[in-house]
Amino acid sequence: MDDLRKRARELLEIRAVNVVIGYEQGTSGRKRAFFAEKPEDAEKLVFDSTCIQNLASYVTKREIRDKGKIAITATLPVMRSIIQLASEHQVDDNNLLVLGITSESRLIEFSNLAEMETFVHQYQIEIDARHREKLEKLEKMTPAERWKFWIDELTPCFKCYACRAACPMCYCQRCTVDFNQPQWIPVPSHQLGNLEWHIMRAVHLAGRCVDCDACYNACPLGIPLNLLTKKMVEDAKSHFGGYQPVLNGEHLMSTYKPDDKDNFIE
Amino acid sequence: MTDNIYMPFPMKIEKVIFEAPGVKTFRLKFMNEDDGNKFNFKAGQFGEYSVYGAGESTFCIASSPTRKGYIECTFRQTGKVTNALSDCEEGSVIGFRGPYGNIFPIDEWKDRNLLFIAGGIALPPMRCVIWNVLDLRENFRDVTIIYGARSVKDLVYKHELEEWKERRDIQLITTVDPGGESPDWKGEIGFVPTIVEKIAPSSKDTIAIVCGPPVMIKYTFPVLARLGFADDDIYTTLENRMKCGFGKCGRCNVGKYYVCKDGPVFTLAQLKDLPDEY
Amino acid sequence: MIIDKWLISKDSLEKLFNVLKKDSKKIYAPVGRNGKISFRETDRFGEIDTGYIQTAQSSKEVVFPRTEKILDYNKNKDGVSVKGFDPGSIPEVVLWGVRPCDAMGIWKLSAIFNWDFKDEIFNTRLSRVTVVGFSCARADEYCFCTSAGGGPGNTEGSDILLTQLGENGDYLAEILTEKGSAIVTIASELFRENTVLNKEQFLADVPVRFDREELRVKLEKIFESGCWTKQSLRCLGCGACAYVCPTCACFDIQDEAHGGSGMRVRCWDSCGFSLFTLHTSGHNPREVQSQRWRQRIMHKFSYMPDRLSVYGCTGCGRCSRACPADMNMLEHLISIQEAEA
Repeated sequence: MDDLRKRARELLEIRAVNVVIGYEQGTSGRKRAFFAEKPEDAEKLVFDSTCIQNLASYVTKREIRDKGKIAITATLPVMRSIIQLASEHQVDDNNLLVLGITSESRLIEFSNLAEMETFVHQYQIEIDARHREKLEKLEKMTPAERWKFWIDELTPCFKCYACRAACPMCYCQRCTVDFNQPQWIPVPSHQLGNLEWHIMRAVHLAGRCVDCDACYNACPLGIPLNLLTKKMVEDAKSHFGGYQPVLNGEHLMSTYKPDDKDNFIE
Repeated sequence: MTDNIYMPFPMKIEKVIFEAPGVKTFRLKFMNEDDGNKFNFKAGQFGEYSVYGAGESTFCIASSPTRKGYIECTFRQTGKVTNALSDCEEGSVIGFRGPYGNIFPIDEWKDRNLLFIAGGIALPPMRCVIWNVLDLRENFRDVTIIYGARSVKDLVYKHELEEWKERRDIQLITTVDPGGESPDWKGEIGFVPTIVEKIAPSSKDTIAIVCGPPVMIKYTFPVLARLGFADDDIYTTLENRMKCGFGKCGRCNVGKYYVCKDGPVFTLAQLKDLPDEY
Repeated sequence: MIIDKWLISKDSLEKLFNVLKKDSKKIYAPVGRNGKISFRETDRFGEIDTGYIQTAQSSKEVVFPRTEKILDYNKNKDGVSVKGFDPGSIPEVVLWGVRPCDAMGIWKLSAIFNWDFKDEIFNTRLSRVTVVGFSCARADEYCFCTSAGGGPGNTEGSDILLTQLGENGDYLAEILTEKGSAIVTIASELFRENTVLNKEQFLADVPVRFDREELRVKLEKIFESGCWTKQSLRCLGCGACAYVCPTCACFDIQDEAHGGSGMRVRCWDSCGFSLFTLHTSGHNPREVQSQRWRQRIMHKFSYMPDRLSVYGCTGCGRCSRACPADMNMLEHLISIQEAEA
């Protein structure tokens, strides 16, 4: 990824940005987020297929925001996250430079978010075959079986909220679980409370989730949370039309249309 | 039964006093006489007050240890628990755990002048000491109280302020923030630190006890320093968030101190030794 | 203190497990799920994972559950009736397959729950746990027990510690407490006379990476250092590190209401969450992640040794393995030692 390092170095040298968010070599073969602030830091930047953390979650983080102009290394899911964040007024086009990385690992710099959007829209969000199969298995279950499946999966959750922390769309300063008047979601970890938390989170992400798997990758217990969000992606698609984050336009779930389907109310 | 340290005493609300908008005082009596007989506390200590179903909330014991048979607490309605407490009526039963924390070393203040400086809802922790001192009045020399609130209606313990005002052995100065005065307000107008500077109480042989919102405390300390108060003679209480009250839940940990165990009472000298995380 | 040393064959482990099961104890052992291994209640020896270096979650949950009932209450026309924690509800438990770092962690928790006020709930649980430790023959790059006062064959905290003497070999059984002796008593036919003098050669090699005493002294000087901000930049502010940690004990107290009745519970919390210290007024003494990260390190390596005479870390490396942002504890501790004040 010499192109990326070279460009990051330049951007920092000419002070076009204050920080370049990318990946560095982590421990045990993992890659992790890295914040290059000096030109020489750029040498540490790496990129390969193991760079799976969604870096978009950092652009709304206060300490990173405070640094001023940001450049971010962005794979397709990260780009999608940025579009969604921009459409929700969480990122400022003037303060964010996207160093896109194509599926062929080619560097592609966008002069603005609209240009990136055009690039991103060439690709649809598709649930891969492996997960499609898992979802189909779930769909074929009786409601009782499915209930048991999720109880079994979600009961071990100890509510560390790594899923929320790793998700770029969970940027709320105060999450619904953190409100106690009223107490929508119980604070302690137990069967019902866990279920409520994960359902609430999935529903909040419906029509916004870009299917990056960050929640699943972050879970220290390996709970397949992405099956919930993937199902939401599919449902959003089938009930409300094609889904793709857009910079300007209607939000899939929060824009009411008189001809919205209502056949899900039974 | 085990010795469950999380188990509250059942307390009956004997009396509810409306102090200011959103602020109430409860007089609480032990439901089990035996609990009451064994109960002992000293000025400065606090407890966990609970409404079953809502949870627990931390505040000081606002009555004096010299007044036996009951305890009082004063709270502002701000969160889930204080709202639930506020909904309780005379005769209802609530939970109380305590006393926790350290104390104001009143015994060491014998024959000294005492200067109390309080702001807003922070009078309660001080009220406990004030009554304690007044009930042992002959042990101390001059007692001065400077108390300020945002507005006249926000002053708490209005009846007691009247009583203190009448007493010859106390000097009471009340103040409200500029704009907070009512047409018939006869007290001072100005922020607490400004009034302290204006009154300029002598630091000679004097202990200063300061309780109030962080911003008031922050600006009052330098005034006291200018008046010649030593850091060891200035006392305050910290209000870190707490859950357990006995040094386990970790919430009130600041540096190597647990506010619930090593506090809530600290001298300014001790505060200067703490990281700025309160 | 080692009371006794015996040998037990690899094949006898299952028999030992079954004897303990018959002794009507609940057994918690490392069991895999979704590619992660955690302590779960099991009655099938075959289900137990043996290839793990470390479990994803620590065994602390057996003595300090994520959600622990403190009391039940019931509001009725006469007021409210409250029933406290019932010690009779706490079962006798065997913790099987605990690594030495975890066994040590249980005793660090005990320091927290027993300085000053004695926590009866914790102590009841602790008194009913028998720890069957297994020494480590392998370690990975996250492990640093030898820098944290432990070691791959450390006996502290175990009631009985089993060390396998080479691959497929027999196990050396070190009996360390009365509870350990009780196991030998009920399964005496499984234990043979010990002929092994030295277990060290069978233990994992975990090099010492830092001196924790030096670190503690250093920490007293670097509260204001820029290292905290730098290190915590990639921290996402979740509680994964705290919840997998064998010694993190911070908790919250919450009421769970269901109509007129309900319960009060003690549940895990983490200093990494921004809400942990947030006042109702909106004031937050630790409002940015760097302050919270500093608190985590300071609490474990400075405040705890100062106040409780124990360090709050066993070097198990779980926090590093669990971190979604690869905040590596060992790496950070080493870099703190090099940081400028």
